Amino acid sequence: MKIPKEWRFLLVVLAIYAIIGIFNYSVFENAALKFGYLLIEILPTIAVVFGLLFVANLLFTPKKVIKHLGKGSGIKGWLMMIVGGVISTGPAYIWYPLLKDLREHGMKNSLISGFIYSRAIKLPFLPIMIVYFGWEFTVILTIYMAIFSVINGIIVEKIVG
Amino acid sequence: MKKKELKTAGLKLSKNFKMMIPMLIGILLLVALAITAVPIEFYTTIFTGNVFIDSVIGAIFGSIAVGSPINSYIIGGELAVNGISLFAITAFMVSWVSVGIIQFPAESMSFGKKFAITRNVVSFILSIFVAVVVVLTMGAIS
Repeated sequence: MKIPKEWRFLLVVLAIYAIIGIFNYSVFENAALKFGYLLIEILPTIAVVFGLLFVANLLFTPKKVIKHLGKGSGIKGWLMMIVGGVISTGPAYIWYPLLKDLREHGMKNSLISGFIYSRAIKLPFLPIMIVYFGWEFTVILTIYMAIFSVINGIIVEKIVG
Repeated sequence: MKKKELKTAGLKLSKNFKMMIPMLIGILLLVALAITAVPIEFYTTIFTGNVFIDSVIGAIFGSIAVGSPINSYIIGGELAVNGISLFAITAFMVSWVSVGIIQFPAESMSFGKKFAITRNVVSFILSIFVAVVVVLTMGAIS
């Protein structure tokens, strides 16, 4: 029986944990505990993502996705991508199922790449950046990250197609 | 809304769920391991004092590192206190969130190897560009 690739990946990671557990139990134990904390931390976001995925499956036809996020989406598509990236919470990989689904419906690679890049701007975290680096740095970095998310998307689209 | 449409969307969601959950658990396990194995203090020991080389080193370590962006700000703040250049710190913080070596298997499975490699390489290079333009802009306006 052939094991699906996503399960193969998990089995490899579990094998790494087993090996670490044999040679350094303390690292194994701390990593397992950290995993538990991380899982609890991201569970609400996972629920939101799968909720959005259900809504997307229900409402988004390829025609609608292509109109707003496809080849002819223009500036509106870029703005939706930046705003979506900025307001999305949790780690990037949680958003992969939704982005994958939208791509299957016609979303451009440039917008997927740009979305992942623009996630670097996290409004709730900016006060902390201001404390460490000041207003000037924070504002300049934020503006450049928004601009470079578009540049990133354009380059990726040119290469990947 | 038709019952059939709800059923189709539900079935599709369960298919997505079955495919993504083992991958998410695998990535979370890797992230937990990386956070445990690499203590925050380690990052202050990796820089050389050369602005260009440090920017590249910053981008490399930011690419490998994982965790909340807040951690990158805190580590970046510590690096600044230790006299590391703002070029290196900015490249480190930008690549921390935009490049994902640990997440690469999940990205590759979701969007294909070519997309994942291209996006990560482009984001890595751009993290150095962003560092340069941010620091130069700051220099120009102050």
